Amino acid sequence: MNRRAWNLVQVAATTVLVAFLLLPIAALALTLGWRDFLAGVRHPLLAPALRLSLTTSSSSLALVVFLGSLVAWWVARHSGPLSRAIEAITQLPAVIPPAVAGVGLLLAFGRRGLVGSLLARHGYGLAFTTSAVILAEAFVSAPFFIQAAIAAFRRVDENLLTVARSLGATPFRSFVRVALPLSAPALVAGAAMSWARSLGEFGATLLFAGNLTGRTQTLPLAVYTAMETDLRAAQALALIMVVVAFAVLLVLRRMYREALGA
Amino acid sequence: MLEARVVKRLGALDLAFDLSVGPETLVVAGPNGAGKSSMLRVLLGAVRPDSGRISLDGRTLFAARIDVPPEDRLIGYVPQDYALFPHLDGIENVAFGLAHLPRRERRAHAGAWLERLGAAHLAHRRIAELSGGECQRLALARALAREPRALLLDEPFASLDPSARRELRASLRRSLQQWRLPALIVSHDPDDAMLADRIAVMERGRILQQGSTAELRRAPASAFVASFTAPERETSS
Repeated sequence: MNRRAWNLVQVAATTVLVAFLLLPIAALALTLGWRDFLAGVRHPLLAPALRLSLTTSSSSLALVVFLGSLVAWWVARHSGPLSRAIEAITQLPAVIPPAVAGVGLLLAFGRRGLVGSLLARHGYGLAFTTSAVILAEAFVSAPFFIQAAIAAFRRVDENLLTVARSLGATPFRSFVRVALPLSAPALVAGAAMSWARSLGEFGATLLFAGNLTGRTQTLPLAVYTAMETDLRAAQALALIMVVVAFAVLLVLRRMYREALGA
Repeated sequence: MLEARVVKRLGALDLAFDLSVGPETLVVAGPNGAGKSSMLRVLLGAVRPDSGRISLDGRTLFAARIDVPPEDRLIGYVPQDYALFPHLDGIENVAFGLAHLPRRERRAHAGAWLERLGAAHLAHRRIAELSGGECQRLALARALAREPRALLLDEPFASLDPSARRELRASLRRSLQQWRLPALIVSHDPDDAMLADRIAVMERGRILQQGSTAELRRAPASAFVASFTAPERETSS
């Protein structure tokens, strides 16, 4: 293939792919009138779903970032079969279809599940509660943060940690004062991806937590519910979800830049 | 007094050394891969020996059932790349090791050490902007500000240009004479011999020969020892 043809192929591929990725998002905005959009904003499903989505996705993010950072640090600082096995396990949810994750969560934490039956005996029920939404979101989104954190922690120069220890820092203080700040940009980027995945979570939530307005109905489930009766309302809700996602990602990008000191 | 008698197997390297350093400067010389840097990491506590004993001023740092962690050994360390914390400025780097002081005193103490090493102007500079020589001064100030009982320097001049090397070598020599604490300087550069009260030459994980420059020159145990202590090298520094 000559140079001109090769360039042409690249331009064509880029055009097709960008158009394909952009078109559905553009269609959401372009085919909706202002009046329908405003009706969507006032739709009774929106406020509770939006509130629930924001609280559950931020709770699952906090859970994933806290536990994930500790696990990633351990994995990054150890080699050997156990470390490799733990890394593989933390990546598992990324390749499991969300619906399968939902069934698995139900069989583990449902009333008759492996752990759920024990909890039920003590009067605790997880399935079909807001906590179930948080667990489903944490399950599907954890790999995105943990993978980014492991990669970032592996890049931390061993010499910096040795010097920190020689300067009186305990392993914990070396982690907090050296490894965390140096990895912050990558951790924020990983957290953003993880949060976006958790906001969009649908399949595992539907199967494990159900679709109960105000308790387990997040924005994607509200879009799905609205779609059954009123396409315009579903579209308005979907558009609002896109706006919320972009807004939060912009905030995270800003944090990312600040962490880089740029 | 820093005393160590240690055995450690590290992959293909069989590290086994026996040394005793008073308030003096011991230059540890040897070809690449001789185990010099590993020796420092063992003394520091970053690598656990298989057996042996390490003590500093009579306090046991490592023995059969004792392994004092690096943060409690009070051994200052300046690695080859200086390992300054890139997210902190000059004075914050120096103050890092002063967490045991009240917050208010940390900066004053760090500032005083920067001044002592002629690095006061680096207090608010970003690490990425510093030259090799400036990094070295800062790393040395950081290691000393904690007032360690011993000091380990790994190839302190390796990443400097020849003129900075000459200047900093002379300044380090003055400082070491002033502080009088056990100092180990790892080097494969014969010019660093001028810093030494004594020289220990390592090869393949063992100390082949040690003594004053004159002693080593008189009866060198290997071609490396002979070239490291050759008299014409001293004038070039």
